[in-house]
Amino acid sequence: MNNRPLLLKLLSAALVFGAWEIAGRIPISYAFPTFIESMTALLSMMGDGSIFLAYAETLKPLVLGLVISAFFGIGIGLWIGLSARFEWLFGPIFIVMQTAPLAALIPILVMVYGIGLTSKVFVVCVMAMPVIVLNTSGAVRNTPQSIKDMAKSFLASDRDVLVKIIIPAASPIIFSGLRLGVSAGFIGAILAELKITPTGVGDIISYSRSVADYPSMYAAIFSIILLAVIFLNLLEKLENYMFEGNNRGYVSD
Amino acid sequence: MAMSQIDSAAVKTAQPLVDSAVSVRNVSKKYGDVQALKDLSLEFPKGELTSLLGPSGCGKTTLLKIIAGLLPHDSGQIEVGGKTVTGPGPDRAFVFQDFALLPWANVLRNAAFGLELRGVAKSEREAIAEKYIREVGLAGFENKFPHQLSGGMRQRVGLARALSVNAQVLLLDEPFSAVDEQTRRKFQEDMLALVANEKKTFIFVTHSIEEAVYVSDQIAILLPRPSRVSEIIRPTSFRGKGVENIRRDSEYLDIVDEIWASLRSYVE
Repeated sequence: MNNRPLLLKLLSAALVFGAWEIAGRIPISYAFPTFIESMTALLSMMGDGSIFLAYAETLKPLVLGLVISAFFGIGIGLWIGLSARFEWLFGPIFIVMQTAPLAALIPILVMVYGIGLTSKVFVVCVMAMPVIVLNTSGAVRNTPQSIKDMAKSFLASDRDVLVKIIIPAASPIIFSGLRLGVSAGFIGAILAELKITPTGVGDIISYSRSVADYPSMYAAIFSIILLAVIFLNLLEKLENYMFEGNNRGYVSD
Repeated sequence: MAMSQIDSAAVKTAQPLVDSAVSVRNVSKKYGDVQALKDLSLEFPKGELTSLLGPSGCGKTTLLKIIAGLLPHDSGQIEVGGKTVTGPGPDRAFVFQDFALLPWANVLRNAAFGLELRGVAKSEREAIAEKYIREVGLAGFENKFPHQLSGGMRQRVGLARALSVNAQVLLLDEPFSAVDEQTRRKFQEDMLALVANEKKTFIFVTHSIEEAVYVSDQIAILLPRPSRVSEIIRPTSFRGKGVENIRRDSEYLDIVDEIWASLRSYVE
């Protein structure tokens, strides 16, 4: 039973990598290496440890930005979802943040916060936070009325309703917001390294491109996607562990 | 016989608090411009099951939620056990039409949820919940999640949750309308046993005439626009005859016909 999804996942990966290999061999562009070349480059970067050093640099703004975004994003999202007045006040900010062309705004960020860690964390937050806030507030507003009534009829305090009803009920959508936010945060971290100062994985990407070492460039891109996928899977595991019955939808629907 | 009826009626009007678990006096409720309830008064005798029956839009669920303290009323007074209702209280427990179970909690936690909110220690509340889970016939399902249960079983969890908090008044809002017909019949039979065993007062909202007559000690017929109590019916003869015989009892059939005759003109 459990082997089939795994088998399908492996098959899907084999299809994508196979297509990549073929496209690299044709080649569709001289700047597009084959899958095997890229993996060899990745292994050699792992061998000399350069990729790990790069990640130590990249993960700083990424992890910091994601933690801030998750903590404040969920907090602000809950507040917006619970209070119409607060939504009126802060909702538009996050909609603007989500739609703003971030790459074009980065020079302004650099002018304000310099070229250090702060600006990079800021970029990750601007990418990750809006979707977390908007998903959380939407989910809170859509908590089924009948289970809130149930809790009240059994003498729940406002805090009980929030902690035992609203947050668990909203958790599937909060988590899907977190997943989208994490993906956006990964993009933000690399964007910051390409646009602000070349460090970490962003440095590998831009340096390899400038010396036409395309296998290394694609290896770095591949590794960041791989890391994001692993992280998203862990997040899903955490969700299933925390709210076991939730993954089958609502009973009352 | 006639004498004693007059006597008990006299006692009832003189001292309504003595044998009423719930008193509703001159309650009105408006939703915007719509008059949901107007000057409605009704007594619910202690230890009995009273049905609120009427066509849709007659305000029966509104009245039940007002008694539960989930909806505010505009004027009038509700008393439960002599105390005026201002909000939800420990003397009332609610059973919901859509079950209102927590999808992320198993049967045991759902059934114990009322006690959890009251701050009862985990081992104690689970022991109580287990007892009522057994009583409603769900022993062995304690660790299942709501999505793994049938509709009827989910409502049994809702019932166990309401019984666990040991409230004197149980409020049931069309509890069996979302379960299939056969399960529903079984529920109705179980309901009679529950009323007999639990010594609680039940207020039961339904739109099924047969169901109301089958399970009730007292049936209050509510009519819409403006909502009011048009009639109170107390079946007398068939209650003690056993669950199998009620549906062919002549009084049962007469009351069902009588109620339908008075309601049919209100059904669009």
